[in-house]
Amino acid sequence: MTIKTTAERPSLLTAVRNINLRAYGMIIALVSIMVLFQVLDVVMQNQNFITPRNLTNVILQNSYILILAIGMMLVIINGHIDLSVGSVLAFCGAVSAIALSDWGLPWYLAVLVAVGTGALIGVWQGFWIAFVRIPAFIVTLAGMLLFRGLTLKVLGAETVGTSGPYNDLASGYTIAGVDLRMPTLVIGIAGAALYVALAVRSRSRQVKAGIAGSSQAAWLTKVVVLAAVIVAAAFTFYSYKGLPLIGWILLALVLVYTFIANRTVFGRHIYAGGGNEKAAMLSGVKTKHTSFWVFVNMGALAGLAGVIVTARLQAATPDAGNMFELHAIASSFIGGASMTGGVGTIIGAVIGGLVMGVMNQGMRVLGVATDTVQVVLGLVVLAAVFFDVWNKKRASAGPIVGTTPGGSGEAKRKGGGPDGSGPAGDKPKDKEPEPVGAE
Amino acid sequence: MSEDILRMRGITKRFPGVLALDGVDMRVKRGSIHALVGENGAGKSTLMKILSGVYAHGDFEGEIELEGEPARFRNIRDSEESGVVIIHQELALVPELSIAENIYLGNEQTRRGVISWDTTNGKAARLMDKVGLHENPQTLVEKIGVGKQQLVEIAKALSKQVKLLILDEPTAALNDSDSENLLELLGQLREDGVTCIIISHKLGEVLAVADEITVLRDGQTIETLHTVDDEVSEDRLIKSMVGRDLEHLYPPHTPEIGETFFEVSDWTVYHPEHRDRIVVNKAAIDVARGEIVGLAGLMGAGRTEFAMSLFGRSWGGNISGNVTLDGRRLKLNSVSDAIKAGIAYATEDRKQYGLHLDYDLRENFTLPGLDKVSKKGVLDLHEVTSVSERLRGEFGVKAPSVYQLAGNLSGGNQQKIVLGKWVFTGPELLILDEPTRGIDVGAKYEIYELIHELVDQGKGVLMISSELPELLGMCDRIYAMSAGHITGQVDRENATQEELMRLMTLETASGGEELRQ
Repeated sequence: MTIKTTAERPSLLTAVRNINLRAYGMIIALVSIMVLFQVLDVVMQNQNFITPRNLTNVILQNSYILILAIGMMLVIINGHIDLSVGSVLAFCGAVSAIALSDWGLPWYLAVLVAVGTGALIGVWQGFWIAFVRIPAFIVTLAGMLLFRGLTLKVLGAETVGTSGPYNDLASGYTIAGVDLRMPTLVIGIAGAALYVALAVRSRSRQVKAGIAGSSQAAWLTKVVVLAAVIVAAAFTFYSYKGLPLIGWILLALVLVYTFIANRTVFGRHIYAGGGNEKAAMLSGVKTKHTSFWVFVNMGALAGLAGVIVTARLQAATPDAGNMFELHAIASSFIGGASMTGGVGTIIGAVIGGLVMGVMNQGMRVLGVATDTVQVVLGLVVLAAVFFDVWNKKRASAGPIVGTTPGGSGEAKRKGGGPDGSGPAGDKPKDKEPEPVGAE
Repeated sequence: MSEDILRMRGITKRFPGVLALDGVDMRVKRGSIHALVGENGAGKSTLMKILSGVYAHGDFEGEIELEGEPARFRNIRDSEESGVVIIHQELALVPELSIAENIYLGNEQTRRGVISWDTTNGKAARLMDKVGLHENPQTLVEKIGVGKQQLVEIAKALSKQVKLLILDEPTAALNDSDSENLLELLGQLREDGVTCIIISHKLGEVLAVADEITVLRDGQTIETLHTVDDEVSEDRLIKSMVGRDLEHLYPPHTPEIGETFFEVSDWTVYHPEHRDRIVVNKAAIDVARGEIVGLAGLMGAGRTEFAMSLFGRSWGGNISGNVTLDGRRLKLNSVSDAIKAGIAYATEDRKQYGLHLDYDLRENFTLPGLDKVSKKGVLDLHEVTSVSERLRGEFGVKAPSVYQLAGNLSGGNQQKIVLGKWVFTGPELLILDEPTRGIDVGAKYEIYELIHELVDQGKGVLMISSELPELLGMCDRIYAMSAGHITGQVDRENATQEELMRLMTLETASGGEELRQ
């Protein structure tokens, strides 16, 4: 094949055109939504929307959705879906509240009980999905009913109150008695510096090896903007009460899971299995084990989210977490996940969740009624996915030489069923009808 | 009316950053069979997509004249109304629907808005008769073989009053007798006044059937040859396609064969679903270091099944037998076991089983060997990129960078990635299943050179191919397989197509019947 590259000058225009909208689109969308509400708020109510207080509230009110969205993103990248997280969250929250209030366990053990229960539920669901090969949609639909029922059972249709440091997890601003206001600013600035240092180091190695993936200008812009965002965020939270405890937990989760997704073999296996399961299997990826652990992880995170919801309400209630699964799934898709698996980022899921959270908060501040909020959020999900589809189309008009763009029959060809018969499960079927003799 | 049914002039098509077609001219005579040949990436498919309206008028430069009238297709429907029908390599049939339903899909035979099944099936039966498809129109498409499915596509085209039929690699998935039938049918259609454009890599076939041959190279028309008037040979075509002389189709190579290091004995594999069906029956092979061993067999002989079952039981059920490598008996219960033991299997189906088309070169190159670029499960991303960069160079993958998506490359380059990803795992034995399927002559030659390099490093290669000349040209020794049995082996000196064909069609005592079911 021959690629004839039409003359390209590294002008600013081409640099702008080459910006990967998929990667930065969400951040741009989030920022524009915030600016939009700022303008609307100033015009209609003569007040600021982008205030430290409002931003802190967005974090506090959406923390559990964001935790779920992180796990959900991995599930979707791996090519599955989890409809049960809302019910699992409620169940784990209930068990944890009972452990705290009825059994008198210390708060950290109550948290551990919730996370452990969630992980066990993940083992249960992961077993059916990964090894018995029942579609995740079915298994988790069953789980949604099952664990909602069990929640009602353990709570006896009553609420169980929680108290003490347990509740601080969802809304506190201190850790071990230390106020988090000053650390927010210090760690924010230090984090930005560390980020710049790491970025420079990796860039110089890449340039030295001649394998840099982007132009110098694009790289520099990205680093400067991101560092500025980190410092600005730190300062914003600092000027209210500091980043709340749950914010720190979220930050840690984002960092850890981004690292897992991008920098570990397990993470790459999650992507590979979701992108093309058969090819992954034939490349030595233990796709079943990977899927299994992805669901165990989802369960554990649902357990943690259960703690946060319970702590926030200061009680475990039978209908906690209703519809949360849909919010988590919506966050993932707004954040760039693909319905067919194999695509998505952790930070995308979080930004997707924040887009929904900011819109929710923004409309509430403006006094928009709940019904309208729902309508708008529904349209946002559709718009985000439309944007993604459009962007993909735009990208696929790219240098395609000697391939079959949109390759007609490929998608229609039947893949191997979920029968676990190996990657070539349907192959002999194609071959059988061929007459054997060719003399 | 002019003699030409089709004239395309100055067709230029750009994709961002790439000029796919550069002022292509092409004329097709009415009632002829016109072949379009060229390496992968030469622009054949793009040209045919323009002709069939996949790329709308205005998306490209140049003019199309159909029967003397300018044609401006906005979409496929437009082109079909003008009598231009394209049949893609991957058939666009719905397997769960009947033959008749597929033929009239999108063109349902209705009376007052209600589908008339009698008309549908009756008309379908007549069309099927015309194309020589002797099946019940109500048979589901999934129940018939690929060769017959191809005929359904042609019947479907005929139902649309086709004047110009475009076939993209129609025989790629067919065996010899089905291919022959199909080519004969094209001759018949020519008698009936249907003009055919056929894209094919099989030059022998092209020479046998075509009246005229247009050669494309790098998005430009090189020449149009008349098979009757001009002296056209395969060598002549290849030279025109690749723009250079290919002294031989296969690079010269002096084998240095070492000791036998890989042995399989008593290898028996059952079908994973039909548990009583034996697919591979007590197969035994061995491979020496530095040796290229071929595995010949007809479709359904069990070659791929044999290879995949060896490769960590990735296919089949109830597998038994012995595998030894360097005298050690191997237990291969999973693909990762096989990779660790030093076995690699490059699949025949790159797109479905071999690559992640949506991922870039780095991810594709390193996936099976991630442990080589990681410590305690943590990846060294810098290493991932530099290793990929190195493999891209070594394997001559023509891509602008390692950040290119595998799906955007041509078949030959994709195959090089598949080879690269397996070589990166450091295998002792490479099983290459149809390593040159669907790729062009130039890329084939490069793949052959890569295979020679591998055996020169002392690795062993087991090569499965449906093209006997390829096996004869490349292999030091060839096993033949028929109905799950290894029916014999021939070494380089004694190997002929006739001898191999005899072994490949040998009826064995027990195997033949079981596979026929």
